[in-house]
Amino acid sequence: MKILVCISHVPDTTSKIKFTSDGHSLDKDGVQFVINPYDEFGLTKALQLKEEHGGVVSVITFGDSDVEQTLRKALAIGADDAYRLDGVPNDGIQTSQELAFFIKENEFDLIICGQESIDYNGGIVPGALAANLNLPFINACIGLEINDNVANTVRETDGGKETASANLPIIIAGKKGLVEEKELRIPNMRGIMTARSKTLKVIELSGAKSLSESISFSAPPEKKAVKIISSENIEELVRLLNEESKVI
Amino acid sequence: MVIIYAETWNKKFKKTTFEAVNYGARCSKEIGTEAIAVVFGECDSHLADLGNHGADRIIHIQGIEQFEPFSFATVLSDIAKEFNGKLIIVNGTANGKSLIGVMSSLLSSSAISNVTELPVNYEPINVHRSAFSSKGIEKCSSKSNCTILGIVPNSIGIISLEDIESIIEVRNIISKGKTIFGESQNESGNVPLPEAERVVSAGRGMKGPENWGIITELAEVLNAGTACSKPVSDIGWRPHSEHVGQTGIQINPQLYIAIGISGAIQHLAGVSRSKTIVVINNDPEAPFFKAADYGIIGDAFDVVPRLTEAIKSFQK
Ligand SMILES: Cc1cc2nc3c(=O)[nH]c(=O)nc-3n(C[C@H](O)[C@H](O)[C@H](O)COP(=O)(O)OP(=O)(O)OC[C@H]3O[C@@H](n4cnc5c(N)ncnc54)[C@H](O)[C@@H]3O)c2cc1C
Repeated sequence: MKILVCISHVPDTTSKIKFTSDGHSLDKDGVQFVINPYDEFGLTKALQLKEEHGGVVSVITFGDSDVEQTLRKALAIGADDAYRLDGVPNDGIQTSQELAFFIKENEFDLIICGQESIDYNGGIVPGALAANLNLPFINACIGLEINDNVANTVRETDGGKETASANLPIIIAGKKGLVEEKELRIPNMRGIMTARSKTLKVIELSGAKSLSESISFSAPPEKKAVKIISSENIEELVRLLNEESKVI
Repeated sequence: MVIIYAETWNKKFKKTTFEAVNYGARCSKEIGTEAIAVVFGECDSHLADLGNHGADRIIHIQGIEQFEPFSFATVLSDIAKEFNGKLIIVNGTANGKSLIGVMSSLLSSSAISNVTELPVNYEPINVHRSAFSSKGIEKCSSKSNCTILGIVPNSIGIISLEDIESIIEVRNIISKGKTIFGESQNESGNVPLPEAERVVSAGRGMKGPENWGIITELAEVLNAGTACSKPVSDIGWRPHSEHVGQTGIQINPQLYIAIGISGAIQHLAGVSRSKTIVVINNDPEAPFFKAADYGIIGDAFDVVPRLTEAIKSFQK
């Protein structure tokens, strides 16, 4: 089975997010980058499926040479080879089209994305990719088994879940549940050593265009200082929730 | 035209469906066009209720009962083409999030998700959206004729518009899905999290799953959804569907009550857009107090039952 895991290179979850003074982009100064948390679940799932069914796990990302550290990490965790779409993505449509172009030339049985990337929180790429390739699509996928070329999946709904199945190839957008937190794989020494000799191929873009653009970024408004209410005076909290905030 | 996906759940409109219709109707007035709401499958709610929130026309699709991203996205995209759709409004629910990317590719249109306000301009469409897990606000501009907006449930609200006697049109369409959906099951309480107006959430400070009674009782009197921090769902005290935060569900209710949760940056990323935040924690140094509107420093096991009682007496 050929599995492709689409990985996004994002600021670590503990990062303080600042923007450049012109407001045009993220200020990367002092920011650590990691594999997008949603994609980590997908990568571990891909490795488990490979162990069960045999095959190859490839990883891909779209970005300049800075993102190669993230691909190397994925190789160290156990992916067999890596691809970098050489450029700077502008929106989800452009990203999905570049990925689709690559996938059409390389054919995979299973394509695993994350539900969204924690930087721009777009959530556009997986569905757009599925439509572009005309393949079945499961969003918010929290369970995946492959039997005889059929993918049996579980997707999260609002406050519940639902089963769904489709023939391979299929595109899923995964999250926690695809594998459990404790199953997540991390690089070990041997993995880090072997990653150095694995293939990381740079792919030229096909020239897809973006359909939206960022104009500016700003910080969210600051909260007022907290009002501490004595635990002996809970009625005061109820009064404030009713009269001041009007939420009860 | 402005096209709105009028989502149903268990054959009824979700509360947030009215918010999406209202949003679409307000945009259509700004542009000087009409709002079309599209409803799929059997529906026990009154279609006319969509008119009361501003829909000029309601297209009721029969023949497609179960949600499937391709069949729904195809129908919505075809309607957008037929009516020269300028905007398509989709709620950021589980189903809505499954549609937005698929439609953007079917229509070669830009898709802007996580939108928290009405557009700032309409020529071109410029709109603010939440990014970097609520740590930033992005102003985004569409470059295509048609733009798909994914709006964050509960973030815009509903304003009353003139009641409209909508035109209702029924269409029969055969499904063109790619996946076969099976059973569906609900896990969390009565109120699904993404659309809950009030949420009661608890963390590791609760010490164990057997102590959740006081949390669900408080949620019940407030008619609130229940949520939890990530470690609580990781160790299986509560279902994954209750995990809120940067890597869980992102919510923005009117009221968020956090009990025995420290307020780690990843947790705040998913809840900081709540309108009013109440923190109950026995550690005065807990970082969550910095992000709260109201705080009570105290033991949850003492404070929470008394809060429940105080709300009950207030409600009488
Ligand atoms: C990549 C990554 C992603 C993450 N994503 C998320 C996410 O999406 N959501 C999330 O929640 N976390 C997330 N985390 C975890 C996050 O960093 C914190 O570890 C977590 O939020 C802490 O959960 P907690 O507040 O329940 O537990 P703790 O940090 O252990 O806090 C427990 C709190 O309870 C208080 N307490 C104890 N006893 C009582 C009592 N009797 N009465 C009142 N208060 C009491 C304590 O003072 C303390 O403040 C993520 C971490 C990483 C690394």
